[in-house]
Amino acid sequence: MTTAQAVETVISVTGLTKSFGPVEAVRGIDLEVRPGEIFGFLGPNGAGKTTTINILCTLLRATSGKASVAGIDVEHDPAGVRSRIGLVFQDPSLDAQLTARENLQFHAFVYDVPAAERAERIAAALEMVELTDRADSTVMTFSGGMKRRLEIARGILHTPDVLFLDEPTIGLDPQTRRHIWGYLSELPKQRGVTIFMTTHYMDEAEYCDRIAIIDHGLIQAVGTPDELKAMVGGDVVTITTADNAAAAPQIAALAGSDPIADNGTLRVEVPDGAAFVPRLVRETSVEVRSVAFHRPSLDDVFLKLTGRAIREEEAGSTDALRMMGRAWMGRGQGR
Amino acid sequence: MSTSNEAMAGAPTLAQRRGGGTLWPTLRAIYIIWYRDVLRFWRDRARLAVTFAQPLLYLVIFGTGLSSALSGAGGFGGPGAPAGFSYTQFIFPGIIGMSVLFGSMFAAVSIVWDREFGFLKEVLVAPIDRSAVAIGKALGGATQAMAQGLILLVLAPFVGVKLTFLSVITLIPLVFVLAFALSAMGVAIASRMRSMQGFQMVMNFLMMPMFFLSGALFPLSGLPGWMTFLTRIDPAAYGIDPLRRTLLEGAGMPPQMLDRMSITIGGNVIPVIAEAGILLAFGIVVLGIAVRNFRVRD
Repeated sequence: MTTAQAVETVISVTGLTKSFGPVEAVRGIDLEVRPGEIFGFLGPNGAGKTTTINILCTLLRATSGKASVAGIDVEHDPAGVRSRIGLVFQDPSLDAQLTARENLQFHAFVYDVPAAERAERIAAALEMVELTDRADSTVMTFSGGMKRRLEIARGILHTPDVLFLDEPTIGLDPQTRRHIWGYLSELPKQRGVTIFMTTHYMDEAEYCDRIAIIDHGLIQAVGTPDELKAMVGGDVVTITTADNAAAAPQIAALAGSDPIADNGTLRVEVPDGAAFVPRLVRETSVEVRSVAFHRPSLDDVFLKLTGRAIREEEAGSTDALRMMGRAWMGRGQGR
Repeated sequence: MSTSNEAMAGAPTLAQRRGGGTLWPTLRAIYIIWYRDVLRFWRDRARLAVTFAQPLLYLVIFGTGLSSALSGAGGFGGPGAPAGFSYTQFIFPGIIGMSVLFGSMFAAVSIVWDREFGFLKEVLVAPIDRSAVAIGKALGGATQAMAQGLILLVLAPFVGVKLTFLSVITLIPLVFVLAFALSAMGVAIASRMRSMQGFQMVMNFLMMPMFFLSGALFPLSGLPGWMTFLTRIDPAAYGIDPLRRTLLEGAGMPPQMLDRMSITIGGNVIPVIAEAGILLAFGIVVLGIAVRNFRVRD
């Protein structure tokens, strides 16, 4: 890698794959992340997001392919990579019996934050996430949102090049999620850190500078939220009819593209939603019960790319995959 | 190495810091992992009280009960039993050993706990040599188990074991070696355990047999051949025997009496120092296994 490239990309991944026994979690990923951007990895649970992040932060080894973080190869110098990254995991990784300050002290110590700067940096990090007044309370007394904030403070304590966040707001209420995003979106500007995060919340992906949509272990598209939305031409029309199956071919003829069945509705893209609705009602023989149209959202992009919607209630499938992954990790240790 | 970010330009890379060698960062990591364990132990006073309760039950109820039964049947230790020595005195060092055994295993199993509750990840992604995790946890477990064993010395006057300055001073390193070896073993086991269910298995199939075969409750002499063999491969036996010899010698038990209760191999009594050596060697080997297990990445 030349120096010029190193400056342009802080994470570089080519042909990355990872199999857990017969399960192919990641099936050949290429991506580049630029310094100082917020890069979102968007996909349903079980799509391979966490596996990819675990490879990038050296917790897992890739089956094949190359990945480097901050110009350091994850396979050849895992310790080098670890010293340059911060992590906020999907599951909390704080010691609940220690205080907020003690958790940060532990971190500062293992990451070799110079002794002279430790106290000051810990105080600043606590200040940033507004936990100064709770610094000496044990973490077990914290709410989910406070724990997450503390983890973010910990993640940047050793001034990493890249902060990885795996589903940083999962399980938090909408207000707390917005609060957390308030801190996260300031970080690149304030600290010069690059953020690489995974999410399956579409609204959160909107905060990202660029997004990669991942499904079934493959990247389906990469771009800014606007670029991705531009992939969906015009407006998205959502239609309910008395008989969706019968209506579908007629709608296809009217709209010029096949509608996608989603949750009892038909969705179709048209260049001009306002002009399409009267034609739809007039020219469809099946009774139209409701029609709505809107500017494309990332949901629509995802639906277009994968033929299905991301739903928050999908959580079950991932847990199954995560458990499968754990079972295989257990085996791997037995070698 | 080019840093990808100007804000980071001032931070030395790991490679640069390693210019001073990898030993110091590893020692620092061992220290903080050990310190965390000790801090948690100290904070969890409830556990301290509980760890005190179990040995007390053994000493007071089991010890008194068996003492009475044995004296009815002709006295503790059979013919030639030393006058003035009771079964409770005999098991007192064994109960200290038991406390160390259980304490070590419980402390080591906190690794599985950390894995379930996520903190282990914080340690495993840190830019430190994984050996520091194994060594730090083994020393942390050893410290806790040692405290749990040594605190029982306050009961010595109540069970009639006289403590001398020499016996206490000798006891400390012996308890440490036992605690270290068993903690290292616990860490090696825990490094391959993925769930708390596995811990129940370890309890039933390892800890309890180790305790019963360790000589904590009865002398390891004159046993059937198969059982003698099992006691000789029980690492805890090599830790409890030195504790007993040290404590009861200090309390005035004649040496020939002590020898009769001690571990023998081929009819020869193994000296305390050799027992401690065997235990230390065992501890180092299992710690090596633990280090290797922690270094595996999937």
